[in-house]
Amino acid sequence: MNKIKYILIILAITALNSFGKEIIVNPGESIKSAVQLSVKGDRVIVKEGLYKEAEILIDKPIELIGEGYPTIDGFSKGEIIIIRSDSVTVKGFYVNNSGFSGMRDYAAIRIEDSKHCNILSNKLINNYFGIYLAGCDSCNVMYNEAASNAVTESSSGNGIHLWKCSYILVKNNTLTGHRDGIYFEFATFSRAENNSSFNNVRYGLHFMFSHNDEYVNNVFANNGAGVAVMYTKNVKMYNNRFEFNNGANSYGLLLKEITDSYIENNNFTGNTVGIYSEGGTRLLIAGNEFNSNGYALKMLGNCTDDTVRGNNFSSNTFDVTTNSSRNSNLFMGNYWDKYKGYDLDKNGTGDVPYRPVSLFSKIVEETPEAVFLLRSFVADLLDMAERVVPVFTPESLIDETPKMNRVIN
Amino acid sequence: MTTLKILKYVLYDVLRSKMIIIYTLLLFAISFGIIYTGKDVSKAVISLLNIVLLVVPLVSIIFGTIHFYNSKEFMEMLLAMPVKRKNIFWAEYAGLSAALAAGFVLGTGLPLLLYGGAKGSFYLLLSGVFLTFIFTALAFLASVINKDKAKGIGISLVVWFYMSVIFDALVLVLYFVFSSYPLEKATIIVSALNPVDLARILILLKLDVSALMGYTGATLQQFFGSAFGILFSMGFLFLWVLMPTLLALSVFNRKNF
Repeated sequence: MNKIKYILIILAITALNSFGKEIIVNPGESIKSAVQLSVKGDRVIVKEGLYKEAEILIDKPIELIGEGYPTIDGFSKGEIIIIRSDSVTVKGFYVNNSGFSGMRDYAAIRIEDSKHCNILSNKLINNYFGIYLAGCDSCNVMYNEAASNAVTESSSGNGIHLWKCSYILVKNNTLTGHRDGIYFEFATFSRAENNSSFNNVRYGLHFMFSHNDEYVNNVFANNGAGVAVMYTKNVKMYNNRFEFNNGANSYGLLLKEITDSYIENNNFTGNTVGIYSEGGTRLLIAGNEFNSNGYALKMLGNCTDDTVRGNNFSSNTFDVTTNSSRNSNLFMGNYWDKYKGYDLDKNGTGDVPYRPVSLFSKIVEETPEAVFLLRSFVADLLDMAERVVPVFTPESLIDETPKMNRVIN
Repeated sequence: MTTLKILKYVLYDVLRSKMIIIYTLLLFAISFGIIYTGKDVSKAVISLLNIVLLVVPLVSIIFGTIHFYNSKEFMEMLLAMPVKRKNIFWAEYAGLSAALAAGFVLGTGLPLLLYGGAKGSFYLLLSGVFLTFIFTALAFLASVINKDKAKGIGISLVVWFYMSVIFDALVLVLYFVFSSYPLEKATIIVSALNPVDLARILILLKLDVSALMGYTGATLQQFFGSAFGILFSMGFLFLWVLMPTLLALSVFNRKNF
């Protein structure tokens, strides 16, 4: 009988081990040593309190769980949590005060060359970089809040930074006071969803060379320079809000060398420039709301084969401007609140085409100071004359089927 | 005291002509129509902006000129009495401009107020009042230097046309000619030379903030958006009231009726 008992106990222990055991860390104890003691599959539970630790290295698949939001304070020394293993979960911490360096990108939570990691529900206060993923695959970054106090671009880091990653889900995060709220660099097949990025020094969202990504339901507001997407193909941007990005070099959405992408059902409100497109090719800009922007859509001459369809343009100072006298993009079925045509057959589409580029906007484009004459009688007169006989504005930049009423998307 | 007594008769005279009442009702009808038929309030304010910048100066200057010539006999009668010329002039000016300003504020302000005050409406009203005072002063100046009524009205019309259209066209030509030079500071100086432009910019700063925040309008926005800039534009608008009035007064004092 005794033998059987022993066998049962051994079996039970091995079973526990294989499911992972729980290691509790109380205030005054070290998270670092608890992590070192743990083995694959363990769960390290950290109780509420303050832990002054940095460089906590997680190199095996464990779960690091905070109970009642314990605070890990890095005291401005280097990085705080470093993950170099697949299948690690970090959840429920305050991670504060990472180091700052001009040489290295110190982050509150850094994940390197790992797969299937989850960074969930953490609050990252006053860090250089918030969450930094390098060379990762199939990770989830969700429900985190990163707030820092960036002042200049050169002395601040990004909220969530992806470098050479793919299949990353960035969802329901709040990012503020960083350089860029979210930065995707060489991040492919990734998705940013329901994030809120505001009051960052540079861009709310910034991506470069990040193909095949999706951006859905995000809010980007009051950022120094709005949102910038560059050198990327096959991007989908749906249902995002771009708001109140004001300033000399500020754009709701800046597109540079973007090809084969979809910008649909977004809302651009109160930006100096709603969309600024330089070298945008084969873009579909459809179903967006442009409201109270200085310039709703600035498309430079090197934008080709773009389709602007079914958008609502209302209360913008200028609807569309361009620096070229030619046009190789298609405008159709948009609602323009400045449209003065009529609809005799009552089919909802105006019978007279609409030219969204006004002569005065062209003058301002060439002689910036002329903005002084905005809404003067002379400017209105020039616009009226140009509408009748277009000479200076691109003749083919024309909406043949302007809508009489707001398009409902 | 004498000024106030004369002022009473001037106001009585202005109201009796019913022009001012028609003016008020017309403004009210237009403003009401624009605000309540339009879908967008900020668009309504922009439409009202054009009225303030074109109609208010035109009515003020034309009505001011006509009024001055029509009151000539009344003034001559007063001049025969022991009344200082200064008092007569101020009473005429204050009476007419105050009546016109009140008409404007009622006609345009009431619909705006009923709507609940759209963005920029305060500056719209303020600019309108300033323009009323300025163009009434210009009207007096035009009439005081001319004995002939037709000529006076002609000069008034030219002044209005210059301020509303020609000046801006000239500025545009200036921009084209000197487009390779930095013109930001010049723009600020140029704006001070025309009260209509000053008024327009004051209102625009509230309406087209986003556009003016851009690279092109940043200087304007920074200057006119600052407390100093508002003081600057108010100061120059005030100067635009004061200068023609004082000039007209000095001519009036020496005028041989």
